[in-house]
Amino acid sequence: MGSYFDGSQSGPFTGGEGGSGRMRVRPSDGLMDRKTSSFADYLASHSPDLLPGRAPGSAVSHAADSPAVRDLPHATTIVAAVCHQGVVLAGDRRATLGSMIAKRDVEKVFRSDEFSAVAYAGTGSVGIEFIRLFQVELEHYEKMEGRPLSLEGKANRLAWMIRGNLAAAMQGFIVVPLFVGYDEDAGQGHIFSFDVAGGPYEEQRFYSIGSGSVFARGSLKKLYVDDMPVTDAVLACVQALYDAADDDSATGGPDLTRRIFPVIATVTADGFRKLPEAESEDYAQQVVQDRMTTPDGPSAPLRTAR
Amino acid sequence: MPFGYVSPAQAMRDKAEYARQGIARGRSCVTLQYDGGILLMAPNPSRALYKIGEIYDRIAFAAVGRYNEYETLRRAGITYADTTGLMFDRHDVTARGIANYYAQNLGTIFTENLKPFEVEIVVAEVGTQPDADQIYRITFDGSVTDEPGFVAFGGQADQVSAVLKERYSAGMSLTEAFAAALAALSASGNGERSEMAATQLEVAILDRTRDHRTFRRIRAARLEELVSESRSAGAKAESAAPEAPSAGSEPATGPDAGSTDRGSGLGGDGTPPRL
Repeated sequence: MGSYFDGSQSGPFTGGEGGSGRMRVRPSDGLMDRKTSSFADYLASHSPDLLPGRAPGSAVSHAADSPAVRDLPHATTIVAAVCHQGVVLAGDRRATLGSMIAKRDVEKVFRSDEFSAVAYAGTGSVGIEFIRLFQVELEHYEKMEGRPLSLEGKANRLAWMIRGNLAAAMQGFIVVPLFVGYDEDAGQGHIFSFDVAGGPYEEQRFYSIGSGSVFARGSLKKLYVDDMPVTDAVLACVQALYDAADDDSATGGPDLTRRIFPVIATVTADGFRKLPEAESEDYAQQVVQDRMTTPDGPSAPLRTAR
Repeated sequence: MPFGYVSPAQAMRDKAEYARQGIARGRSCVTLQYDGGILLMAPNPSRALYKIGEIYDRIAFAAVGRYNEYETLRRAGITYADTTGLMFDRHDVTARGIANYYAQNLGTIFTENLKPFEVEIVVAEVGTQPDADQIYRITFDGSVTDEPGFVAFGGQADQVSAVLKERYSAGMSLTEAFAAALAALSASGNGERSEMAATQLEVAILDRTRDHRTFRRIRAARLEELVSESRSAGAKAESAAPEAPSAGSEPATGPDAGSTDRGSGLGGDGTPPRL
């Protein structure tokens, strides 16, 4: 009589077949064969169908330019800026369907854990799945190991997950996230960007992604000051989103009639904080009021003060 | 293996006996309801090797027995919960589901393997209202019991349970629940009572009022505070008990302490607990 301890029988959790011709109640997968504390790794080996970016199948194998893929809702502009002892992440609220507006009040900025936030641009449906999985991934590690991942560790996990989506991205299901976090040891905010094949690339000071990112980054470049207070950084981000909406049809500006305003999150020593609706409305109203007199917004000084 | 035939009944008895002995060698662990959630407490001098853990938003895990075995189960429970939550929704992960998952696995291990797991597990879920709280106890052979209010398991569970039963009342404050748990844990070990310091305790709560993840470890300063609070409450009870054993004269320690019968906090042998 053997046991799984001497290897003569497969273990209860190894998922192996039981003795020949014997009925064996197989316990669930994923106990003894866990190698790491990564949830995404576990899904990849046990339930790959739960992963986002799984191959969509032959039906869409040549579909990169098909109307079905083109007409999936796409999330647009995200901006991020490092500020004094923290980081700000903000996104507009529009989702587009080709040249149509698919949704006016979509949210693209999320809490990923206590000291980080994540936002995405690209195909909405895949993006939502990514965010959910990433949130679980961080929490899973924290519960398994009794400590949170390091900030770089979180960025690396996200990069790995995005790379897993490469095949789907080739078919048109593109998702690009922007990840920000607060390093508790250094007391500093960090921004990480990604491309469709992964990354991560650490960005200095500020960054933007999505269709309006060119305009937003240009705007932020002129407004950004090193070591800004968090409130100034929030205002700069809202200005940048306004400028993006000004020139990019896929980016939504503040919607005063429907009272839809950008989603803004800050990550500081106090942890993740999503600004309440009223607070982000204040910032948006402030920007809109300014633009009533100066439609192009604040102008940066022509010469650097020395 | 010895030669000859061993009847299935005998084999099962031997396994159960083996597992029971292993579990009884360790120390007890308690889990009980209080007004703001669920308190889990275990004697554990280690700051790193935990007996209590978070499974999901509103669900906690506590175990006694062999560390490697219950650690395997804890990790499997988290994986099960996270997979279920991702597949459906966060609300669809329940303590009952996890208890059943553990029961199936432990039952299979008990029947299939030569050596059963020497563990006993509690899965607790905090509801939005106290009557929605759930505490399940799963034993080494996969049997599940629903334990309303409180449970003591592992080690000298009977003695600990007896003290806890006397001290427990529905709607206790955290301080009262903590004092009851501490008294119960101190009661183990053949009648002799031992003082337990904060450094020897592992304490966690499921906090009903929190959003999202309700599990919190209580450590360092807050733990010291609770220990000294329950000590002073115990000392007062001890000095007050001989002349005024009625509940009404008890000094209040919590916001609603006056309304509960802490006067019944006497040990099984009639002596007040030394906290």
